[in-house]
Amino acid sequence: MRFLSWAYLVALFAFILLPVVVLVVFSFQDGRLPVPPFRGATLKWYAEILSDRDLMAALGNSLLVAIGSSTVALLLGFMAASGLARVALPGTLAMRALLIAPMTVSYLIIALGLLQMFNAAGVGPSLLTTGIGHVVINLPLCFSILYAAMGEHQKNAMRAARDLGAGEWQVLALVSAPMLAPALAAAFFLSVTFSWDEFIIAFLLTRFDVTLTVEIWSMLRSGLSPKTNAIGSLVFLVSVAITVTLEFTLFRKARK
Amino acid sequence: MGIEAIEKRQGAALVLPALLWTVAFFVLPFAAMVWISLGHLDGREMVPGPDLGNYLRIFTEPALTRGIWVSLQITLIVTVISVALAWPLAWIIATRVPVRWRRLALLLAVLPFWTSYVVRSYSWALVLGQKGVVMTALLGLGILDAPVQIMATRAATVIGFVHFFVMLLTLTIYSNLVQLSPNYARAAEDLGASRFQVIRLVILPLTLPGVMTGAFLTFVLCIGDYITPQILGGNNELTLPQLIMLQLGRRGDYPMASALSVVLMALVTLAYAACARWLKMERV
Repeated sequence: MRFLSWAYLVALFAFILLPVVVLVVFSFQDGRLPVPPFRGATLKWYAEILSDRDLMAALGNSLLVAIGSSTVALLLGFMAASGLARVALPGTLAMRALLIAPMTVSYLIIALGLLQMFNAAGVGPSLLTTGIGHVVINLPLCFSILYAAMGEHQKNAMRAARDLGAGEWQVLALVSAPMLAPALAAAFFLSVTFSWDEFIIAFLLTRFDVTLTVEIWSMLRSGLSPKTNAIGSLVFLVSVAITVTLEFTLFRKARK
Repeated sequence: MGIEAIEKRQGAALVLPALLWTVAFFVLPFAAMVWISLGHLDGREMVPGPDLGNYLRIFTEPALTRGIWVSLQITLIVTVISVALAWPLAWIIATRVPVRWRRLALLLAVLPFWTSYVVRSYSWALVLGQKGVVMTALLGLGILDAPVQIMATRAATVIGFVHFFVMLLTLTIYSNLVQLSPNYARAAEDLGASRFQVIRLVILPLTLPGVMTGAFLTFVLCIGDYITPQILGGNNELTLPQLIMLQLGRRGDYPMASALSVVLMALVTLAYAACARWLKMERV
């Protein structure tokens, strides 16, 4: 039983980590094809992506969209969670259901709906429309994380602050936000990761300025190349860095 | 005005922006999509409906009907395999791995979860190709005499999907497992159950919420994904999302793309209705 457990663990870890390891290893391939045999290590593909103007512009666009859309989603989600957590409004359940609803819809459907609506309104595809789409997918996430983090003591602290004369925005900024800092960080970083990795919304809602995943998609059409491995590894690295940060912020909360 | 009334008014004011955003950029586009799906394309002109022509075509034209079947088949296969692989993994990490290594084991087990799906699919294309690592190893070890085609088949799509959803399900099942009190297993053992009986009759049923939450998410994300089948499965058999993208690209047939999306949405809603009593979406 014990041996079987370990064998299973190793086998599944191998399966799960195999593609990532292959991706990263062959990004150092000294040759034109990222397939075996491994011909020795070189950093030239990384040098090539760093000097690729289109790729670097796309990387900047991705960061811009990720941070911008996550900020908006966090703000809207935080306000909505504070509003719904404090009092039982008529229709609270319906409002929560509506706010969480986009979570259960395929990105493709969200993208297609937005594309047609923007078309009808005469709004062309751009980074802004992509950002709007990313807020739609991240708002339910931010809202539900923050709503779950708001407990009874949160409500009491907010009341106390108001009794002591704090204005509505002061309550949110000076009492609520610091109390919820770990949850806010978690929601923000998760949103950034989702936006950073997202493809189909960005694909349908951008035209000239594209995000990194869309740029990678167009690189795929020219076949396998260590250059694609290099940019893929970079994208992976950023996601992992964010996840580790997230793990760290959650850890701090757990230790408190 | 009492404090309750003031709080209510302020609460409503705080919720309003998020609600407006959701209505403007989620409900409205969806309603527009349903309306457009009821029109049709005449040459390059969009003729508004309402008519059910697109839906009629979806269920009578073999190319379109087949897409629904292919998607359902792949999603079902992927969900079953992923649950079967993820459950033992989550169980081993939760109960067999020493406590101090547990977080690290979980982190490692879901590390590639955080890669973009475009990059993840590309990585599998590298691994599964004719000259890829897997084929090279199998040929080198003498297990195969000649390379076997995996890329551009359904097998490649399924492998790519299973890889992602094993990680997702490991997360949901693990978080379910660690919430269970060890007393359940102890009680069952005291009453004479064997180790496998404990797992099969006690632990497994108790993890049903975790399994169903994961399985539902798998269904939603799998049936709606365009990238994995497009990169790994190729164009031999088209899934529903591939058909949707095809309508957009080739003829700009928005009405048909919308109708197919509504069908996709309906399938997800059916799946939700089937799993609803086990789901706690707020916890995800």
